[in-house]
Order: sequence, then C-alpha cells, then structure tokens
Amino acid sequence: MKNFSPTQVKHIATLANIPLKIGEEQGIAQDFDQTLSVITNLNELDVSKTEPTHQVTGLENILREDIALSEESFTQKEALANASHTNNGYFVVPRIIDKDE
Amino acid sequence: MREKKVSLDEIYQDVDSEIAKSKKLNIYTNLNPTAKDQASKQGDSPLAGLPIAVKDNYSTKGLTTTASAKMLEKFVPQYDSTVARLLGEAGGVVIGKTNLDAWAHGSSTETSDFGPTLNPRNLDHLPGGSSGGSAAAVASNTCLAALGTETAGSIRQPAAWCGVVGLKPSYGRVSRSGIVAMASSTDSPGPITKTVEDAALLLQHISGLDAKDSTTSPLAVPNFSQDMKKGVKGLRIGLLYSEVPELKESLKLLEPQLKVFERLGASVEPVKALDPHYAIGVYTIVQRAEVSSNLARYTGVRYGKDRSFLGSEARKRIMLGTFTLSKGYADQYYTHAQKVRSLFRQDFDKLFEKYDLLVSLSSPGFAKKIGATEGQAMFGELEDMLLEPSSIVGLPGLNIPCYRDEKTNLFLGLNIMAPMWQEARMIQAGYAFEQATAWNEWAKS
Repeated sequence: MKNFSPTQVKHIATLANIPLKIGEEQGIAQDFDQTLSVITNLNELDVSKTEPTHQVTGLENILREDIALSEESFTQKEALANASHTNNGYFVVPRIIDKDE
Repeated sequence: MREKKVSLDEIYQDVDSEIAKSKKLNIYTNLNPTAKDQASKQGDSPLAGLPIAVKDNYSTKGLTTTASAKMLEKFVPQYDSTVARLLGEAGGVVIGKTNLDAWAHGSSTETSDFGPTLNPRNLDHLPGGSSGGSAAAVASNTCLAALGTETAGSIRQPAAWCGVVGLKPSYGRVSRSGIVAMASSTDSPGPITKTVEDAALLLQHISGLDAKDSTTSPLAVPNFSQDMKKGVKGLRIGLLYSEVPELKESLKLLEPQLKVFERLGASVEPVKALDPHYAIGVYTIVQRAEVSSNLARYTGVRYGKDRSFLGSEARKRIMLGTFTLSKGYADQYYTHAQKVRSLFRQDFDKLFEKYDLLVSLSSPGFAKKIGATEGQAMFGELEDMLLEPSSIVGLPGLNIPCYRDEKTNLFLGLNIMAPMWQEARMIQAGYAFEQATAWNEWAKS
C-alpha cells in the first residue's frame, strides 16, 4: 500500500505540468492515500491469465487519406480567436529555450 | 405542436418563464440569446425548433463552452461538436449550456467552478453529476429535453437523482468529436429527457458513424423506436447487485417495482455478478490515466487560461493519473486495472447468454444533500459504483424513475442494461415500465 509523501506529490506535479500552490502537496498526499485505500481490492483478483482491455470497440486502424480538408480547416483568424497572447498572427508561447542556449 | 395543441411560441414562453423563475438553481452557465430566432426558422424539421439544453462540455460554435471550468470561462469554440451539429440539422435549438462538475470530474455538480446546481425536486439536495445541470434542466421544465455525457454514471445517476430519463448509449454509438474529453475509452454522449420516447427520438438523431471520431461504430443505426411499444412478454431479466449490503434499504423499495415486469410477462430473478466494488478501482485508475493525457492539451497557449487555473479536483485527477502511468507503477496500477476490466467484460458476456436485459438500482440511494461531497476524495466513484461496471465495458444503459419518496420528493432510478448495440431492447423495457407505473409525471400526457 502506497503512502504518498509531499515530495512525491511535488514530483508528480512536475511530470503533470501542474503548478502547485504553496503547501498544496500535503492535502493532495492525503487525498491520494484515501483514493488508493479504496482501490487496493483490485489486488485480490487473479488476472495472471487475462489480457488487458484498452478499448471496447474492437476497431483497428481507422485511417483516412493524408490530405488537408479545406472545409474542416480554420482560417488564421479562427485559429487565433481564443488565444490569450498573439503577436502578428502567431501564438505567443512560454519560453522553453534558455537565453544562453 | 404538430397537432396544433400548442405553438412553438407558447413552448418558448413557458420555457423562458421557467428559466426566469429558476435562476437560483444555477442550472445554466449560459443562455443562447438567439434561440427563439433560430427556432422560428426550423419549420417542419424533425425536432421543429424545440429548445434543448446542452451540457457545457459540448462545443457549440459561437456560444461559450466552459466545461464549468474557470480555465475555459471565456472559451468560444470556432466549430460545433458533431452532436451539436446533428442536433441543429434535425431542427433542435440549443436553449442554453448547462452546469456540470468542472471538466465532468464528479457525480454531484457540486464541484463546478461556477457553484453547484440545486435539485429541482428538493432544493436542499444535489442533482447528481456530472450532467447535473442537464438533468435539472429537464426536471425543472426549463427545456424540452437535454444532452449529457457519461463516462461512468454521469447521465444515468443525475437522471436518477432528478427523477428523469437518462440514456447512456453503447460506447461508439454517438460521436465524441468536439466534446471536452474525459476518459476517451468510455465517454458516451447521450440524451436526458422527460420520457423514454423522447430519449429514443433524440438518440436517433445524434447517433452514427463520424469520420472525425475513429471510435464510432460503422454499424448501421437501427430504428430505436421501432419495437418500443412491443412490451416485455417473454423477456428474461436479471437483477444485479442485490447481494451488496449497502443497498439493503433501497432494494426494499426497488423490489416491489420489479413485479411490474413480471405482471407484464417478463421473468425477473436476482443473479450474482462480479462485485461492483472492483469496478470502482478499474474506473478510478483508467479514468484518471486518460484524464491526465486528455487535459495535457490545456496549457493556456491556444485557448483558455494557464494551468494554475485548474481546480482542485482536476489537479488531483490529472496527477493521480500521471502516477498510475508512470515508470515503475504502470504495470501495478494501469495494466492491472485494464485486466480487471476484461474480467467485467467476460462477466457481462456470460450474463447476457442467460438474460436479455440486466437491471439494477442506478444509485445506492436518494440524492444527497448540498455539501455532501466536502472532504470526500472518492465521493463520485462510490456513488457511481453500480453504473461503473457497464460503463467501463461500453454497454448501453437506461435510467428511468421507479420510486418517489412522498416526504422528500426525491426519486430512485432503475438502471436497465442491454448488450452492446441493443439500445432498442432497453428502450422497449423502459417504455413498458413507464406506461405501467405512475412514477413519470410526463409519461402519459
């Protein structure tokens, strides 16, 4: 049975790209423990000979031709319509490359 | 309307008046200012301009789509979800967008970033969730019908708590394109309505293969109403979960209602199924894993605000999902859960060899009071326990009202489950029950 530490929660938050509020990791660790305690019963079941079910449709490789469909495409204006920061027809994104690189 | 007993104007007047009276129920996140105008142009179309309430996780072009999340408070889609488009093509008009648990992460509508919706049947109680706003919209007569989505219980449970009809189609029956994703392998859009007949009608217009959703089924859409009035004579019905101890009190109220099916010529008997407590674990892990992936797109760059605006419940679900997929834990949690999911599939396959339909309570009890979710990390998952097995396997299910408490005015719902693609059969049984009992105030009007 897992007991979450606040440090672990912080690590998961980094993986999940979630900016935690100060001290939030404590409460979340407790919540996670509560959640995991409800689902440990899954370990009672023998699934050693069972295949996982990832999807229930049985469909495979539903593809279409790799061509742009103009009637499905946004204009530049539509594409930018909900962005909080734009510049000259571009989305403005957070810096991901350090200034020294 | 077609029989000239009431006009479209009168319908809108009634609905508008109810909307004005019910503002404190916090049912709608936004109303469509051009609804009446659009309605007047629908003429002889199948849905004739009737006002339909749509859960606010369906993208509607030009009308805000927030998923009741602060992060998407100002988001206006530049396109319609497939279902919104199909609704419009059939002549249905979006009267407004309804409140939900933020991102559909809940079973109460109490975790909406815009405040809870109140249950129209009893204002001290919750409407259920996550499609609580849609169920409340139907129960309060502020629309003629509504659309919701179910990942594990989110159509059937609020329908049960609000005393209305909720239909979860087979997974893949209705397109998810343009709907804010939760768990992609179980999300099922579907109707919430006053009667079974209405649910069948709406389902007819929103079903079908969609090139934009590669999980939609290529199977032809049957006529869901064709056998609706056939009755249940000769049908073999299995009652599930009657051995679950928490359900004792509610089962005492349900079991007499099941005699209706027997009087109508069906056979009903209890049968043991795989313990639904295990479905809680499967759903908890699979849903959170898929949520962590689906909500990764919300970065605040192309739309919405940045991730610091994610509410508490969404953060926890994303993070726990990330954990269950992470190195060193994925086999123990995610893969294991998907294997237990297979066990539920096999169990239902076996049950449907012996029975034509399976029934259960939709919810362990009546609608809970406002505030019930506070401090409860697993509130939703526990409340939806009886619906999670069929949801994770993709089966269709129909909730119909089957009991009303005279003192509290709260309802119990009956969950009717059919094999994959057999919505028509559960509609047939639901209609028969509805017509033979008095729990549905709209059934015979």
